[in-house]
Formats: sequence, structure tokens, C-alpha cells
Amino acid sequence: MSDADMTELDDIPIKRPVRWHIAVFLAPAFIVYSAIMVLPLIETLRLSFYNLVDGVPTFVGLSNYRVLFGDLRWSHDFWNALRNNLIFFAIHMCVQNPIGIALAALLSTPKLRFVAFYRTAIFLPTLLSFVIVGFIWKLILSPIWGVAPWLMSLVGMKSLFAPWLGQSGPALVAVSLISNWQYIGIPMMLIYAALLSIPEEVIEAAECDGITGWSQFWKIKLPLILPAIGIISILTFVGNFNAFDLVYTIQGALAGPDMSTDILGTFLYRTFFGFQLQLGDRSMGATIATVMFLIILAGVSFYLFAIQRRMRRYQF
Amino acid sequence: MSNRARMSPVRTGFVHLALAAYTLIALFPVFLTVINSFKDRNAIFRSPLQVPLPSTFSLIGYKTVLGQADFLNYFQNSFVVTIASIVLVLLFGAMAAFALSEYRFRGNALMGLYMAIGIMIPIRLGTVAILQGMVETGLVNTLTALILVYTAQGIPLAIFILSEFMRGVSDDLKNAGRIDGLSEYAIFFRLVLPLVRPAMATVAVFTMIPIWNDLWFPLILAPSEATKTVTLGSQIFIGQFVTNWNAVLAALSLAILPILVLYVIFARQLIRGITAGAVK
Repeated sequence: MSDADMTELDDIPIKRPVRWHIAVFLAPAFIVYSAIMVLPLIETLRLSFYNLVDGVPTFVGLSNYRVLFGDLRWSHDFWNALRNNLIFFAIHMCVQNPIGIALAALLSTPKLRFVAFYRTAIFLPTLLSFVIVGFIWKLILSPIWGVAPWLMSLVGMKSLFAPWLGQSGPALVAVSLISNWQYIGIPMMLIYAALLSIPEEVIEAAECDGITGWSQFWKIKLPLILPAIGIISILTFVGNFNAFDLVYTIQGALAGPDMSTDILGTFLYRTFFGFQLQLGDRSMGATIATVMFLIILAGVSFYLFAIQRRMRRYQF
Repeated sequence: MSNRARMSPVRTGFVHLALAAYTLIALFPVFLTVINSFKDRNAIFRSPLQVPLPSTFSLIGYKTVLGQADFLNYFQNSFVVTIASIVLVLLFGAMAAFALSEYRFRGNALMGLYMAIGIMIPIRLGTVAILQGMVETGLVNTLTALILVYTAQGIPLAIFILSEFMRGVSDDLKNAGRIDGLSEYAIFFRLVLPLVRPAMATVAVFTMIPIWNDLWFPLILAPSEATKTVTLGSQIFIGQFVTNWNAVLAALSLAILPILVLYVIFARQLIRGITAGAVK
């Protein structure tokens, strides 16, 4: 803090010339970011209020939204995608993040050997592309190959095996779990870094008070890494409501069977780009993108204003 | 580290057991794919879990893949796009992060907030207008389109991480540079950049993964044969050869290989970056 005060004191008496270097440092990032990201986003929001009337783009107000929510076919697909997306997110929060935190806690055990190996290996799936992950699991879960039934027979559960990816009930859960398998490395790494950043003195003080092991994790470490848990939660939320690739790879753009794995990303892709007999529709694509934007914005605002502000941060 | 309480060997054993079990879950699918890609078709189905033996060894899958699809070209495209984007993200991101963390000027906080929006709001939502813009500027089916999109996508997080680190660079050092007559540019490039190198490595890895693996933008902006990235290329190839298991497994193994190599190179950098952040 004292540094900032000093600079302020220095700033007042000296009238500096225009500091062009600030503009030079900022310009490239600002221009690329604004031109490729912010302006297209705004333009997409604007396009959701337009549609082709007799081949001419015309302002139509909210009628695209009326179609999306009012037209039976559209609204059925939309609510289906949204519901699936919520389930997809819930499974990530209940499976991926707790396991990631647990792995990070295990990894940060003091004086553990082979930590680098475990960390490297567990993070590996995160680096693989959706295409690789999707197809590997498609092969493993395929009843033709029989790897999954064989593995389940090892633990005596062979009779429970079913071609999950092809059944409309379990398919969404299966796809979500595959996504968890792939992305567990991200919460693990972020929490691991947060755990490492807890100062020695805090841990030593806890040990002096006889708090070790599990109770140390629950009482000392967990409260200290809560901000990092908040961050992984919001990252999961944004990532899930914008997911597309894994479902597209495993189940195709139609997100089969019978659209049971359709999430907002695949719904947007099909609408905007078209698929098989369905023609691409730019205006409806923009409308769905806007709804996704609002959902993500709502989630992020909730995190920033309701959760992050109340979270106690510890300064060391 | 030295005066930490010792863990009992039993507990350490359980920790190892749990970590080893998950490591197995993480590696098994990859292992399974790679070993089966070197086997003939009968062996793939008869004994999927056996490593290739001289009697079952076969490269037929790789021959099919390399004969049918231009994987070399796909790899080249992916490398060009990923490396160019990372370089631009790091350069532009570090410059902006320096401006935001070093100087006090009107609109600093506002600019920081504006740049931070992109961390949370995914660039995909603007796809409709991005495609339209790329069509108007004639950039569809060029690698430039992908590089521009990925640069814009990576900049917000890069600025966020790097400015945190740049605030930690000692002011005395920079002021000593100023007294020695270094220009602001020289201070940035010669004093500050070398000091934030670990953070740059972290940003590079975090930027690289989503770019290399992205399917959405290659599919929409650059689906032509000449500009296909390896992710899109293998997606389409595998889709066509879905019943040729040798070819599918070989294509998957080929797609895994460069990631493994890059990971081995970057893993240490990534860990160093994370621990450097943790020490701070």
C-alpha cells in the first residue's frame, strides 16, 4: 500500500507530458480484444432482434424470443437443452470438483514421494482434445469391443453393463462423467496451488495446537482455499454452459439418442449452422447465443456479487 | 518443510493407494488406445488388454491413416495456429498487463474491468457475428481467422494473471532502471519481462490447451481441407472410418502423441509457474 501512496505523492508536483507509452502498451490487446470479441458479441446481441422479412434483415423486436419460448417445437428443444445442461453442470459440481479437491489434498501431503508423477498423470486427460477423449470412451463403452463389460466383470458387476451411450436415460450421465474424467485436472491443479500457498507458519501453529490430518484439512485448509473453490465452481459453470465439443464428438450434432444429450452448445450449433435437413438460421442462432449469454452473465454476477463478496479472504 | 509432523507409514500408504488408483483411471484409456493401435484386427477384439506381441503386431492402422488423410498438414496447421496465438497472447497480454499494473492513469480501473469481462464471457457466444465479420473480410478458411480469434480469447486471462505478477516486481528495480536512463519500453522488455517468465509459462500452458483442442472455431471458421487443424481433421477422419478400428485407434494415437511431447516439455514450466504463484 505504501508504494502506491508514494507514487501518488510523486505524481502531484511534476506535470508529466502525455505518456504515449501507456497507449502503445495497451493498444494491441485493446484492439484485438474489442474487434474480435466485444464487438461481435454486441453485434450478436443486436442480431437477435432482427430477422429476414422477405429476404431483407428487418428489426423485429422480441419476436425471435417469442418464437424460441412460444413456438412449441422451439421451446421444447430449448427447455430440453437447458435441463440437460443443468444436469450436466450438477454432475460436474458433485463429481468432478469434490474428487479434484480430494486429489489436490492428497497430493499436498507433506514429503510425499512421486508427487510430480501423479500430478502429471492425472492432469494428462485435460490436455487431450475432446475428439480423442470422446472416441476413446466410445470405444471403451462399446459393447462390440467388450472392454467395459470385461472390466466390470472384474468387480463382479458385469450384469450391470449396458450400452449407456446409446440409451436415452444414461447417455447424458455417461457423457458428463466422461467430461469429468477429462477435466478433473483443472480443479486439482488450482486447489493444489491454493493449498501450497498456505504459509508454513499457519500449518505449524495448527500442529502445535494438535490439529493434524483430516481435522487440519477441514478446519484450517478448507476455509483458506474457499476462494479457490469459488473460482473452480464459476469456471465449471461457464465451461459447462458453453460446452459443445464433447457431445458433438460422442453423439454428433443431433446429440442423440433422441436429443437426450442435447445441451445449449449443440442446440446453438444446430440452429445457427444447420444440420442435415435443418437449414442454418442466423437470427435464431443469435437469439440462442443471447439467451446463453444472459444465463452465463447471471451466473457470473451471482458469483461476483453474492458469493465472492461475502467470502473472507486471508492476507498473509 | 523440515519440522513438519511425520505421517505414519500406514497413512502414507493409503495416500499412495488412492493417488495410484486415480492415476490408473486417468491413464488406462490412453494406454489402451495406444497398445491396441499396434495390433492386428483380430487381436484388438480377442485380447484388448494385451500388449502387442510379435504375432499380433501390425501397423496396418497407421498405414491407412497416413495414406488416407493429410495428417502432416493438419499437424502443421495446429502448430502454426497454436504457436502464433500463444506468442500474440503473451506479447499483447504482457504489454497491457504492464500498462495496467505499472501506471496510474485515468480510466485504469475501467480498462481493467473491460478486459476482465472476457475471462468469464466465452467468445463462442459471438460466433454468429464473428463468422459474418470473417466472411466480410475474406478471412474464412484461413489460419489468420483462427489466430485472431484465439488471440482475442486468450488476452483477458493473460492480462489478469500477468498483472498480478507484475505488481510483485520491485519498484526499486524499475526506478533504478529509470535513473539509469532506460526508456519505459526498455524497462518492460529488459527488466520486467524476464522476471515474470514463470507466469508467462503458466499463461502459455493455460492458453495452449483450449486452442489446440478447440473444435468449434475450426469447424465454423476454417473447415477447408487446407486449413483443418488436427482436432477437426481427426474428428472427420474418425467419423468416416468408424468401423475400421485399426485406423481409428491409430488416428487417436497419432493425435495423442504431440500433446504428450508438448506436455513433457511444458509440465515442469507449468508446475514452476504454479509454485512461483504460490510462493508469492
